[in-house]
Amino acid sequence: METFLQQIINGLVLGSMYALVALGYTMVYGIIGLINFAHGDVLMVGALVSWTVVTVMAGSGLPGWALMLLSLPCAILVCCALNFAIEKVAYKPLRSAPRLAPLITAIGMSLLLQTLAMIVWKPNPKPYPQLLPIEPIDLGGPVISITQCIILGSTACILAALMWLVNRTKLGRAMRATAENPRVAALMGVKPDMVISATFIIGAALAAVAGVMWAANYGTVQHSMGFLPGLKAFTAAVLGGIGNLGGAVVGGLLLGLVEALGAGYLGALTGGVLGSHYADIFAFAALILVLTLRPQGLLGERVADRA
Amino acid sequence: MNSMPTKIAVFLACAVALVALPLVMQTAGLGQGWVRILALALLYVLLALGLNIVVGYAGLLDLGFVAFYAVGAYMYALLASPHLFETFPWIAEAFPQGLHTPIWMVIPLAAGLAAIAGVLLGTPVLKLRGDYLAIVTLGFGEIIRVFMNNLEHPVNITNGPRGLDRIDSMTIGPQGDPWVDFGKRIVVSENFTIPSVTLYYWLFLALVVVSVVICHRLELSRIGRAWMAIREDEIAAKAMGINTRNMKLLAFGMGATFGGVSGAMFAAFQGFVSPESFSLMESVMIVAMVVLGGMGHLPGVILGALLLAALPEVLRYVAGPLQQMTGGRLDASILRQLLIALAMISIMLLRPRGLWPSPEHGKAAPAPAAK
Repeated sequence: METFLQQIINGLVLGSMYALVALGYTMVYGIIGLINFAHGDVLMVGALVSWTVVTVMAGSGLPGWALMLLSLPCAILVCCALNFAIEKVAYKPLRSAPRLAPLITAIGMSLLLQTLAMIVWKPNPKPYPQLLPIEPIDLGGPVISITQCIILGSTACILAALMWLVNRTKLGRAMRATAENPRVAALMGVKPDMVISATFIIGAALAAVAGVMWAANYGTVQHSMGFLPGLKAFTAAVLGGIGNLGGAVVGGLLLGLVEALGAGYLGALTGGVLGSHYADIFAFAALILVLTLRPQGLLGERVADRA
Repeated sequence: MNSMPTKIAVFLACAVALVALPLVMQTAGLGQGWVRILALALLYVLLALGLNIVVGYAGLLDLGFVAFYAVGAYMYALLASPHLFETFPWIAEAFPQGLHTPIWMVIPLAAGLAAIAGVLLGTPVLKLRGDYLAIVTLGFGEIIRVFMNNLEHPVNITNGPRGLDRIDSMTIGPQGDPWVDFGKRIVVSENFTIPSVTLYYWLFLALVVVSVVICHRLELSRIGRAWMAIREDEIAAKAMGINTRNMKLLAFGMGATFGGVSGAMFAAFQGFVSPESFSLMESVMIVAMVVLGGMGHLPGVILGALLLAALPEVLRYVAGPLQQMTGGRLDASILRQLLIALAMISIMLLRPRGLWPSPEHGKAAPAPAAK
């Protein structure tokens, strides 16, 4: 029982990070129908920028939480500018091109970002300092670290803010309208270019936050760190029904839970035949299972395939 | 009109040039490294031709194509290396001579096994929409890789991340005394020998030629037209009486076949396989070859494959001087990756339909504004 609760906590923490990244994928997909392969690498840039700020300011005598609070806006700013530029350079010129063309530029961008990060920050893995107290909080059996608490809390706040933005503000209405039908939205006075840029910027901000969380939780940063969260978050977005914000959150949390429980119990259940290194398979096995039973994803609507 | 004889003459000249290329390189003193690059590039052409059936003709985005490549490679590695014998003594007892499988068994086996894998993957997922299909195939590729990495417990089948080595080379002819052993050089005269890489180059060239013929005939056949109809508009294709599910499965199976055969060739050529060679990046590169060259157009796909396979090697020579210019600050491999990324982005921006796209005839009406 104790292991079970502990794995639930770990799964929720992992899942909320997946959810933040998955939102970026799903928003971009909902509006321009593109799988933004470079999204995971935006997360990586966010983590590395935060690492730079923290290391440079380490001698200033500020407490750990202040350093982290300081590095977060820097990471968000850099990521937003970066994603804005990526959209303008690599995706916007290809908006009326064949469907796979922007996918290839996205893959190229992902490769480019990783290479540039290798040049700027050197390829070796770097330790991300422990900025918050590491004493775990005892919940009567399972434990939770302060970092994990903050991850859960801030994800909840960010999600609430995003829901408000999308459902209650003018920009949110414009985004939903563009996702529904860009042409009609343009006729109603929505500027699609502006909405698309805004979407990329919001997605980048979420990815930057997730990147800092990822770095703080796992304690190491590297140029290739964006790959796995990117892949898993994309899986989460599809699992929930791509293009659907609630679906991305549900998919992310579900994926985190499945992975944590799978890793925790697989060895015991199979008598040690299959070990926890099969955890990665769980994500994909769950995905294939869900999509076979419900091809549009958990919360997705049935839409006809576009040519 | 003498166009037909001219065509044949040009064709023959190209064929002779392609066959003689490694020998010319050898006599020019370029060394075997270049022939090796050429042979590997031909393997990529084979892979790209296979994926072109799935992505280019049938319009199904497959991001896990490397899984079939891996299936073929591991199949050959298990059949042609002593590993299975060491793990299972009863197999060794059953085949005291060893399992030295000749090529005419390898190719159908690899093709069949990969096709089965393709159909198995295809059956549950083909009703998914395009982008969902992409992520599921990607997941399938990752699953295969994780299994290869971990199937050493409790029974050691794949030898885990260490991979399988001591793989036999391809042979043609009776077991034990083959007519051609691609792993051994042929001594023609005292100062002229044909090295093993050149033999493999010829083998791969022959396979590529056969594949191009198969693909070309498929493209013109009823099946090919059905695939393209599905690509352009699935609902309309269905209305015309095409069994879309079977046709899509067939595309998956056919594409996988090519992947399996090139995998077996790769294992024999390298003499070693490990899960590292079958990463997601490899799948992505094969997709990039097809799209960059021009989807659904054979010359374009071949061009794309040759370009992306050879570019890194050529850039290795360009990167050296560049590295010196920047005072050795930039690693050559990093620079190479940088140039590949820039090339991918700029080619797509300048030519969104690929470098050598198929001529536009019977183009579908413009899609309603992209959502």
